[in-house]
Amino acid sequence: MTTLAAPAPHSRLARLSDYLWQHPKQVLIAMLILPVLWLGVVYLGSLATLLVQSFFSIDEFSGLIKHDWTLKTYQELFVPANLDIILRTVVMSALVTLASAIIAFPIAYYAARYAKGVWKALFYIGIMLPLWSSYLVKVYAWKLILAREGILNWIFTTLHLDGLLNVYLALPVVGGSSLSVSYTGTFLVFVYVWLPFMILPLQAALERVPTSLLEASADLGASAWQTFRHVLLPLALPGLIAGSIFTFSLTLGDYIIPQIIGSSRLFIGQAVYMQQGTAGNIPLAAAFSVVPIVIMGIYLWLAKRAGAFNAL
Amino acid sequence: MTMPTAVLFEQVSRHFDQIKAVDSVNLAIQEGEFFAMLGPSGSGKTTCLRLIAGFEQPSAGHIEIFGERVEGVPPYRRQVNTVFQDYALFPHLNILDNVAYGLMIRGVDKKTRYQAAEDALALVQLKGFSARKPAQLSGGQRQRVALARALVNKPKVLLLDEPLGALDLKLREQMQEELKALQKQLGITFVFVTHDQGEALSMADRIAVFNQGKIIQVDTPQALYRHPNSPFVANFVGSSNVLAPDFMQHLGLPAQWASLRPEDIQLVQTGGYSATLLSRSYMGSANRIQLAIKDQVLHALVPHHLALPADNSPVQIAWQPNDLHVMEST
Repeated sequence: MTTLAAPAPHSRLARLSDYLWQHPKQVLIAMLILPVLWLGVVYLGSLATLLVQSFFSIDEFSGLIKHDWTLKTYQELFVPANLDIILRTVVMSALVTLASAIIAFPIAYYAARYAKGVWKALFYIGIMLPLWSSYLVKVYAWKLILAREGILNWIFTTLHLDGLLNVYLALPVVGGSSLSVSYTGTFLVFVYVWLPFMILPLQAALERVPTSLLEASADLGASAWQTFRHVLLPLALPGLIAGSIFTFSLTLGDYIIPQIIGSSRLFIGQAVYMQQGTAGNIPLAAAFSVVPIVIMGIYLWLAKRAGAFNAL
Repeated sequence: MTMPTAVLFEQVSRHFDQIKAVDSVNLAIQEGEFFAMLGPSGSGKTTCLRLIAGFEQPSAGHIEIFGERVEGVPPYRRQVNTVFQDYALFPHLNILDNVAYGLMIRGVDKKTRYQAAEDALALVQLKGFSARKPAQLSGGQRQRVALARALVNKPKVLLLDEPLGALDLKLREQMQEELKALQKQLGITFVFVTHDQGEALSMADRIAVFNQGKIIQVDTPQALYRHPNSPFVANFVGSSNVLAPDFMQHLGLPAQWASLRPEDIQLVQTGGYSATLLSRSYMGSANRIQLAIKDQVLHALVPHHLALPADNSPVQIAWQPNDLHVMEST
């Protein structure tokens, strides 16, 4: 009599392979255990620790942490000076996100719809190249570009437009003694540094929109603008939201750019850095760190309510 | 014809770099006609449709829609609507909003356009589907939505780009009948692109057969089938035995190209041409047999009840003289 099955394997490796094939669940567990431990213990664990710290407070005389549950530290966030920091950071993040979206859309649209072969490769290199060089180098390069002795000022002077630049710098809030020490400078560098994080998800979303949908819209009488408003934008919204999560949260948490370029007024990241370092106020630093998390939570909730994920 | 011309092509070409997708095409589609553009893929039929819709502009020649020249007129200013091959329903809108899209763009108020959209959905037998999203519909239902979305705008010409290609056979046959009935009922000019000759024959009033960017023949289904003007048409529309001049001479006939339909070949006792029966395949209603005269293989369809001799036996075959259609050229 013949049997269908091949003779039982002798080598240990072959037996292991058979065992794993017969027990797919255990393979899954073996593959997931390390990442889950990393995410669960190291990542979520430290986040929980942070959250716990923010409910402690500091003794103003001794500078020691009092391990009693209190909302006192959160109340401190609403002191006008701290509220200013939060407001300044949120407004900056929103403006950076908006500007990134406006600049990224045509670039991403071109790449998704028209770029082919070599041009597509050049697009990816062009977008990714800035990400390959050190973040600090880029920021310091921008400091030189924006400085009073920098190339931007030189261009304005050469074109005899320095009067225009001076008028702009004389404006309240956005101006300053030079672009490199103004909010405008901070804003420009934020947009430059985070732009790739907006372009890439947006391009991925636009690439998934079939050309026939745009043709159908035109066929049904819609002009280019109407097609953009009623078809392209709603379908690109998930990509736009994904990109804005990057640009918004990265700006919310950054402490290096506003420290190097800008007026010396603080952003949330700098406040956290200062409170946990020089000031030694870990609870307040923790409370400050919770702010971006809460803001992102609210942002995503609003986006969901506005139907941003309906096209997913 | 006294009917006005709905679509007119005069020496229209569309070149993509070196490729002549459409090559000096002349065409006149009458108002109220169900017109099919038939051809293999890459023959230029879809490009012709896109030229009418306005998604492509001609490289040369000119196009008129109801007497109006449309070169340079964008798609959104043409009274022409399209049913796309992939249906192209907007995935983020529900069925009602999809159908009402064209009216919404034109600024028709909500109540009126939703009423019109509901009526259009009823016309394609999709009442009660308004609130669903396209992803929740079957292929056949999506096809109907695409049809309703185009028809609700009351186009002067409706373009259909292989609209039944993605449907299974049963559904396709059902939709063929429905489309034909709908066209009769509405009286709108339909221009239908297909690579399926059976579909074109069963639905269209007239058919243009495309090959390599050119129109080979324009005729009614009956005329196209009975009198193909070239071996290409003879082979593409239905199946045919294309007889070369050499072989015609061998039969003692004038040395010309000719087409002979398989169903026109009969087995006779005496007085026919001597042939060999090579093989047979059972088709249900008929037997499809392969015959040979000298080196020429001929296909014939014979009734299923006809008793056939064994393979490789000699037979006599004949046909009516007027079933052999002489063709002008290759």
